[in-house]
Amino acid sequence: MKLIYERSQAGRRASVIPRPAGLPAPEIPDDLRRAEPPRLPEVPEFELVRHFTELSTRNFGVDTGFYPLGSCTMKYNPRINERLVTLPGFAHLHPHQEEDGAQGALELEWRLQEILKEVTGLDAVSLQPAAGSQGELTGLMLIRAYFADRREGEQRRKVVIPDTAHGTNPASVTMAGYELTDVKTDARGNIDVDDLRAKVDEHTAALMLTNPSTLGLFDENIEEIERIFHGAGALMYYDGANLNAVCGISRPGDMGFDVVHINLHKTFSQPHGGGGPGGGPIAVRKILEPFLPAPAVVRKKDGAFALDHDRPKSIGKVRGFTGPFGVFVRSYAYMRMYGPRLREMSEAAVLNANYVLARLKGAYDLPFDRLCMHEFVLSARNLKRDHGATATDVAKRLMDYGFHPPTIYFPLIVPEALMIEPTETETKETLDAFCDAMLAIAREAADDVEILKSAPHHRPVRRLDEVRAAKNPVVKHAFETAPVA
Amino acid sequence: MAAVESYPDDLRYHEAHDWARIEGGEAVLGITWFAADSLGELVHFEPPAAGSTVTKDEPYGEVESVKAVSDVIAPLTGEVLEVNQKVVDAPETVNEDPYGEGWLVRIRMADATEVDALLDVAAYQSVLASQ
Repeated sequence: MKLIYERSQAGRRASVIPRPAGLPAPEIPDDLRRAEPPRLPEVPEFELVRHFTELSTRNFGVDTGFYPLGSCTMKYNPRINERLVTLPGFAHLHPHQEEDGAQGALELEWRLQEILKEVTGLDAVSLQPAAGSQGELTGLMLIRAYFADRREGEQRRKVVIPDTAHGTNPASVTMAGYELTDVKTDARGNIDVDDLRAKVDEHTAALMLTNPSTLGLFDENIEEIERIFHGAGALMYYDGANLNAVCGISRPGDMGFDVVHINLHKTFSQPHGGGGPGGGPIAVRKILEPFLPAPAVVRKKDGAFALDHDRPKSIGKVRGFTGPFGVFVRSYAYMRMYGPRLREMSEAAVLNANYVLARLKGAYDLPFDRLCMHEFVLSARNLKRDHGATATDVAKRLMDYGFHPPTIYFPLIVPEALMIEPTETETKETLDAFCDAMLAIAREAADDVEILKSAPHHRPVRRLDEVRAAKNPVVKHAFETAPVA
Repeated sequence: MAAVESYPDDLRYHEAHDWARIEGGEAVLGITWFAADSLGELVHFEPPAAGSTVTKDEPYGEVESVKAVSDVIAPLTGEVLEVNQKVVDAPETVNEDPYGEGWLVRIRMADATEVDALLDVAAYQSVLASQ
């Protein structure tokens, strides 16, 4: 399709900007004033509409097809969420509205906090962090504030992270001013407890753990891990990236975790992956509550809802106002639709993943052969060894079959990794169609590997040159760089 | 063009997929064909500073492909005498010639007895067989 630059013809306009008479010229210093007007695409309104409508048809999302992108929980986002978020009382709310005029919104936030306390098994919640990564940083800042308050801040400098962790974990550790200690994974896909025991001592501030891990496996030694950390006076941080596997079944707080972030955009159906902002609330044990970001959303003795700014030990604000409000409305609606049956969501997610795993594990290598949780990690190393087809080739070919590829090359400890997360919202027919495609691709690799190597064949663009894009990124596109039509 | 798989028998290896070529009291370090192939075409090499110290079994630099960023582990301890500027400028050199033009750094060894603990080619290939 043509670029908007290629549709441009001098003098065409989609709209006319009014120039009211008597408007004073803005006072812009000469050295900041541009000498020439910018050259922008010039198209009439209908061309503009056609251009962006055509662009939108090139999009692939969970509304157009199956999206088993491991670790991202690309579940279907119910339309009723969108109806509720546009209710005038929510949509027209001003962030500076007086509390007595925003009681419904504050009540929704408070009720969401109460549900998240129940789901995580912890004592207090802040909705402020904007995403999982910010939840991680906020959680580590709480841990730092807690140890500083106990005069152990200088002593406890280390945070322990397993080698399967999401990259945001080590990044958050560094951002929070801590030092990283890496622990290995054992042959069953659990944290190597012997390695762990040797690395945890009075200098350890915390563990950061995703459970189930990025291998989609629940750590069988979690109680032993809890004893090691709490025995050393350290705290435990739960990365809620994979919370979709355990809601209503097991709770991070019961496993011994002291801080948890929840990805509302994964587990609780806020559209994401280009679809909207995220939400990364954190839940904490009582001992950490005084340090939570302010203001806190509270219910007063008289039943009214309010913002409590009187938190002298708070680490301060981590985001404007009380956080991404529309996300709260959607997630609250999603949880209330399940109600006390929330565990059915996680049970279906785990069942779907195990069904797909059972169908695929003969055709692809399975490095850790256990029942999985909500996702699993296959390896295409058998296809690479026998036929020269890589995980990238499998992923690209899958696009020809109409599916979004799984996450590839993560976690790093699995070579040629294919990380598949079907979520709870897909039908058996869709899961079967995906499995059929994956099995067909494994056969194609054996019969004619070139079909994989040169895929995709039936998409708007063929294989993109990722190396060139990384080395010579073109981040500004304009008339000068538009290709000649 | 990416090189074909090979592991020269005049090199010593580290299980983190690094090699060392011993030249008197100095050593030239790089990553193996397996490491380069696993990462795919390299797009960036973050080298240590000349004059800095690299420590056996510790990271001394980073290599990056479109798949991943990976630490480069030092097989030996020593002072960095020279960084291969050709790899800094054209990281894909490592994929094209991992044991020749694609070397990463030259060091002056601090303790030549460390060489004894490195793997020979047969031992390294048995590490690969278990991957």
